Amino acid sequence: MRFETPATINPIDQLKVVGKPADRIDGPLKTTGTARYAYEHHEGMPSPAYGYVIGSAIAKGRITGIDLTAAKSAPGVRAIVTADNAGKLGKGDRNTAKLLGGPDIEHYHQAIALVVADTFEQARAAAELVRVDYVRTDGAFDLAAVKDIAKPRAVFGGPADTAVGDFADAFAAAPVQLDASYTTPDQAHAMMEPHASIATWNGDKLTLWTSNQMIAWGVGEVAKTLDIPKENVRLISPFIGGGFGSKLFVRSDALLAALGARATGRPVKVALPRPFVFNNTTHRPATIQRIRIGATRDGKIAAIGHEEWSGNLPGGRPEGAVSQTRLLYAGANRMTATRLAELNLPEGNAMRAPGEASGMMALEIAVDEMAERLGMDPIEFRIINDTQVDPEKPERPFSQRRLTECLRTGAERFGWNKRNPQPGRVRDGRWLVGMGVAAAFRNNLLTKSAARVRLDNNGVVTVETDMTDIGTGSYTIIAQTAAEMMGVPMEKVVVRLGDSNFPVSSGSGGQWGGNNSTAGVYAACVKLREAVAQKLGFNSAEAEFADGEVRLGNRRVPLAQAAGDGGLRAEDGIEYGDIDKKYQQSTFGAHFVEVGVDAATAEIRVRRMLAVCAAGRILNPKTARSQVIGAMTMGVGAALMEELVVDERAGFFVNHDLAGYEVPVHADIPHQDAIFLDETDPMSSPMKAKGVAELGICGVAAAVANAAYNATGIRVRDYPITLDKLLEEMPDVG
Amino acid sequence: MRSFTYERARTPAEAAASAMRKPDAKFIAGGTNLLDLMKLEIETPAHLIDVNGLALDKIEPTQEGGLRIGALVRNTDLAADTRVRRDYGVLSRALLAGASGQLRNMATTAGNLLQRTRCPYFYDTNQSCNKRKPGSGCAAIGGFSRQHAVVGASEACIATHPSDMAVAMRALDATVETVRPDGPTRTIPIAEFYRLPGDTPHIETTLMPGELITAVTLPKPVGGKQIYRKVRDRASYAFALVSVAAIVQRDGTGRVALGGVAHKPWRVEAAEAQMPNGAKAVAERLFADARPTRQNAFKLALAERTLGAVLAEAKG
Repeated sequence: MRFETPATINPIDQLKVVGKPADRIDGPLKTTGTARYAYEHHEGMPSPAYGYVIGSAIAKGRITGIDLTAAKSAPGVRAIVTADNAGKLGKGDRNTAKLLGGPDIEHYHQAIALVVADTFEQARAAAELVRVDYVRTDGAFDLAAVKDIAKPRAVFGGPADTAVGDFADAFAAAPVQLDASYTTPDQAHAMMEPHASIATWNGDKLTLWTSNQMIAWGVGEVAKTLDIPKENVRLISPFIGGGFGSKLFVRSDALLAALGARATGRPVKVALPRPFVFNNTTHRPATIQRIRIGATRDGKIAAIGHEEWSGNLPGGRPEGAVSQTRLLYAGANRMTATRLAELNLPEGNAMRAPGEASGMMALEIAVDEMAERLGMDPIEFRIINDTQVDPEKPERPFSQRRLTECLRTGAERFGWNKRNPQPGRVRDGRWLVGMGVAAAFRNNLLTKSAARVRLDNNGVVTVETDMTDIGTGSYTIIAQTAAEMMGVPMEKVVVRLGDSNFPVSSGSGGQWGGNNSTAGVYAACVKLREAVAQKLGFNSAEAEFADGEVRLGNRRVPLAQAAGDGGLRAEDGIEYGDIDKKYQQSTFGAHFVEVGVDAATAEIRVRRMLAVCAAGRILNPKTARSQVIGAMTMGVGAALMEELVVDERAGFFVNHDLAGYEVPVHADIPHQDAIFLDETDPMSSPMKAKGVAELGICGVAAAVANAAYNATGIRVRDYPITLDKLLEEMPDVG
Repeated sequence: MRSFTYERARTPAEAAASAMRKPDAKFIAGGTNLLDLMKLEIETPAHLIDVNGLALDKIEPTQEGGLRIGALVRNTDLAADTRVRRDYGVLSRALLAGASGQLRNMATTAGNLLQRTRCPYFYDTNQSCNKRKPGSGCAAIGGFSRQHAVVGASEACIATHPSDMAVAMRALDATVETVRPDGPTRTIPIAEFYRLPGDTPHIETTLMPGELITAVTLPKPVGGKQIYRKVRDRASYAFALVSVAAIVQRDGTGRVALGGVAHKPWRVEAAEAQMPNGAKAVAERLFADARPTRQNAFKLALAERTLGAVLAEAKG
């Protein structure tokens, strides 16, 4: 099905099932421990072997020798895979560094060997017996030090630099100016389930149970790396314990499990140990950002400029932190610039809202600072500079843009009028109290997605698509979509996901999964309705599907009967024309945060939070809310504690476990509210929905930062905002 | 993890004697720290002596009016004990500020005292660490040292002791009861229990090899306001940047010990004498010999401010 013109009325608009806060249908499997994750598939595998990955002890250089003698003769060891004996390996298009390194080393903890043994403990013990000699070479590990030799680099299909009007002159002439620099640190996804895979070969055919957000990408990457036909690779990933972008790509666990299984002729299980995940896999790269805003005295932005510096391994991509500044606020004179430097740290790549999450951390502090210089309320400053068209290309309107309504709704619900605009004036016992606001913004991406639907003689509708559920609720919204389309209750829908034998979906990433995968299911269901109608001799356009029946005039036929013994099946997908070129599609929101800052210790604790989101039709308010409050929690982490600390001598992330890399715990998270504006976006798909999972994080950290400023009068521009950055300027304690 | 042999000891004397026979042995109780370290091959005992069956899990009054806490009393039970909550509030509060509920259910009194540092370089076996591998150097010096010691450190090691409980024990002048591998028992004041790193940071206490802790004894209650204030980046489940265990009497005198600043709970009697004169005077003497790194110099100001808040709370 091609989607080229705005959606009109369709069966989804009945909203009998879609739009309802249904419990997630995979919930009971997860709460009872019966959902099988990648490492837990045992069927048909009587005696799997276990692989333990060895990582490089240096960041850059060369292996001069590996002594496997002791490890090979250790109890239970079946094989040791290294680059020497693995055969010729390619590299996936989406990997920057090789998944199996050696002799050249590209980053710390790059995998250099897999020890395969009868038990996990034997493999781990033997891995410690492998002796590796290296020669180190110098590397670049400090972004600030290489910033000035960074080069322009495009990202996400956009240009590296943009310019409209005359930024330099307009900024220089502006009566009120801000020129400030901000930094965001390297961050880790820190999902609950580490990367894990089980591989088994049947002849030249590989089956890989793995934890992966993008099945079809994964198939292609595995095939390319192993130099085997795609048809010989099957990827299965029905349940995923969180990803946040770290599982968009095939990682070393999957490749090494496949190589280990090939070497031993047995199924091989590989899970990355937690202390290994941080340097072996990907992370959100650090940024340095400079933002300049010039405005008239009445608060109209005349010039806005945003420059970004980030670093990555040779061949890697920049973070893309200027993306939102091209679209978020009006202003006739504008510039953005994206600069990338080579660093020899582990690979930087996508993490929840790549680009915008980092960019909004800086931009939305800058906007707060600018509002203060103008003596304006930061909400009013944002509203004055709202735009209904792409500010770089005014001929392109937004498909929907209700940023102002998000800000106004939030202000009222949060009690913004009680905020004292003078910072450092509100005290509650030992706490200095402040409120902060930030806009939320994230683009809505359209990408094709297919599904197969079957109807059987019990009236059960089975949906199959290689879509994944990374904890987001995909199973549930797909069931709701199929139930709505076929006129059956959700109990009559079976959803099967995460298998490369199923039609290729959008996958999960970039908050594109919800809208696109359900639109693909919609397309397949339209075809199935046609098949049902055709079989019954109904005009499919007029047939009504409701209550487990198909109806036309006074004829009613149960779906089970229509399916007959042979059942009916249909397969189709959604594909998009150029509607997203003509209309800019984005999601909008507003984040409100109240913090307390301990007057003595400068510890910052969030007291309450609110997000207001305008993100098209909300397919399931319950799973959407879970996504948004989870993202708000992640935003608190980014604001207050998350930082992969670089050892600039040895070139690695030092705090590489969950004791050292702190993410919020329950005690850090207070009452959270999420409000969804009632809207539909007919430009987005027949579902009229958009993404929301990444919108929820964009802007949160800045709202926390702005609240901390309002509480203390101390402006911190380097994340995370830890107490040591406030302490010197805190008022004396008695 | 290396292979090891395992036995369950039935009496403290038997456990100590077994340790004497097997120099590569370690005692294991809750295992909340040791098992992690064994998996990473930071600890590589050839033999484990499981002491969980030693019946050292009672909290009993002493003749002197104090409390004798068995070595195997779990942190959760110790924190909840009504006598501890009434008479040694600083201890109960320190325990509850540490770890998580699940860990406190397993962790024992003796094990808590003996937990190892959380320096990330100690945990990464690719990095140099004199505590893990004597003579290899200290990667934390000149590296990521935000969490590290500001006082009492050495050229060989700047690690901190991570325990909250031990800081309260230090303020309470607890004593550690042990049985030595050759049989005799002895009592070690907690002030003499921990060592500064010096040039042997791998030796952390004054225990002899194979010496087993059987109890920790608290002297008669000293009254006063008892406060434990732990400062950290997140609200729970994090090690202290700075912590203050304070016992403050009505006249402003008292005791104070700090965590997160040194290789051991940091208490300086000369500093305590300044308590009636306020936090600045106390901090000056506590940190007279401080040598912080660039990354952790903030702990000095933080400690003083936290002390100030604690003394104000005690007054209020």
